[in-house]
Amino acid sequence: MSSVLYDVPGPKARRVSLIGSVIGVVLIAALLAWAVMTLGQQGIFQAQRWAIFGQADVWSLIANGIGATLAAAAIAAVIAFPLGLLLCLMRISDVAWIRIPTRIVLEFLRGMPVVLMMLFVLLVFATSSFIAVVTGLVLYNAAIFAEIIRAGIQSLPRGQREAGLAIGLTSFQSRLTIELPQAVRRMLPSLVAQLVVLLKDTSLGYIVAYGELLRAVQVMADFLGPQFLFPVFFVAAAIYIAINLAVSRLAIWIERRGSKKAAGGVAKAPTAGVSTVVK
Amino acid sequence: MDVIIESLPQYWDGFLRTLFLAAVSGIIALVAGTLLAAARVSPVAALRGFSMAYVEVVRNTPLTIAFFFAAVVLPRLGVTFQQFEIAAIIALSAYTAAFIAEAVRSGVNSVPVGQAEAARSIGMKFGQVLSLIILPQALRTVIPPMINILIALVKNSSVAGAFYVLELFGYGKQLANDHGDAVMWVLVGVAFFYLLITVPLGYLAHQVERKVAIAR
Repeated sequence: MSSVLYDVPGPKARRVSLIGSVIGVVLIAALLAWAVMTLGQQGIFQAQRWAIFGQADVWSLIANGIGATLAAAAIAAVIAFPLGLLLCLMRISDVAWIRIPTRIVLEFLRGMPVVLMMLFVLLVFATSSFIAVVTGLVLYNAAIFAEIIRAGIQSLPRGQREAGLAIGLTSFQSRLTIELPQAVRRMLPSLVAQLVVLLKDTSLGYIVAYGELLRAVQVMADFLGPQFLFPVFFVAAAIYIAINLAVSRLAIWIERRGSKKAAGGVAKAPTAGVSTVVK
Repeated sequence: MDVIIESLPQYWDGFLRTLFLAAVSGIIALVAGTLLAAARVSPVAALRGFSMAYVEVVRNTPLTIAFFFAAVVLPRLGVTFQQFEIAAIIALSAYTAAFIAEAVRSGVNSVPVGQAEAARSIGMKFGQVLSLIILPQALRTVIPPMINILIALVKNSSVAGAFYVLELFGYGKQLANDHGDAVMWVLVGVAFFYLLITVPLGYLAHQVERKVAIAR
């Protein structure tokens, strides 16, 4: 990738850059080697510690954890998306007594830690931890989805709405049949990116004792003994990262596909920006 | 509602500790994230690769995993902490740095190409182009997303409460245990103190965003 920040390197710059690369690699390798050595001294790499992955029971526990994680994420996403659409329509309604309370509710939901909502549902409504996790995720992500879709609607050319009203649609019909479908399509990359956040947040279920992947790790370490904590944890972390990387790639792929189509005339979809996909 | 007034000292202490956690981790993350972003656009391939790998892996790791590693796995590997706060700060700043790095990088991309070309045509080196021309402009554009990352950091610090740190969420859990009959009010109080930080910050981000938008 050529960058505008520096020239295509000449022989001298290439040498400097090569030296820099070598020093960088050596430093990073030294750091990794130190970490591996320290871990080795704790006996992390003894074969017997990793032998547990030969047992079917261990994998079935891990599979249960993955299943619980994915179930909470999938159910929360399926409920949060339509709720987000509804909240978005209410947030941009022409009627002040619908718009203003919705705005306050959205500010409230976006400003609170998800884990606090989960704990609230768990303790106040005395529900199961599964319902607490799903409810917390639904409330938070519906608010975020609503804001993403609102950004999409605001990015549409004004003529879209004006044309709708001109042919006699009501304000609500125009929102529903003309603006909303375009907004969702434009914001699809951001919406998928938010799914990664949702998936990551299921691991907060660990804190309210929901039996997701991280909790499964803890249970196994308690059962097998602390010396197996690192191997199990390592595998669980790798599984999380693999799943999330896959969803991230999907978001990037959708974005590329969208911008290719956009090149054919439609204005380029705005990136919702880091603001909507942090966490 | 009495329980909120009764517990005000705990709330206040938790509030200050949440602010402390967020401020310290925020400053470390800002510095580390900017360095990571600089590495990501640098001509040195090894640094580019390292920065990219770090950002990709950390952004796709749940925060709870980072905390679990810092607070539970590290001590069993022989790295012990006097206070769990330190583990929390390590986890929060390592996690947040990846998001800061992405924000700064998108800011660098938003600076018009001509700026870098002009700087180079008068003979500036990469380091000069980056530190004198690109980064000052990039950082200005990324202030709003940066504030949003800090808001997320404040909310994320609540996870520390689940790992033995007594900040707002930690106190909330404790108070909820002590006042079984008034759990709802206890947690409403906690929520209020979080909103006291996050809502004004969100308003600030919105204002800055509008200002920057006019300037461009």
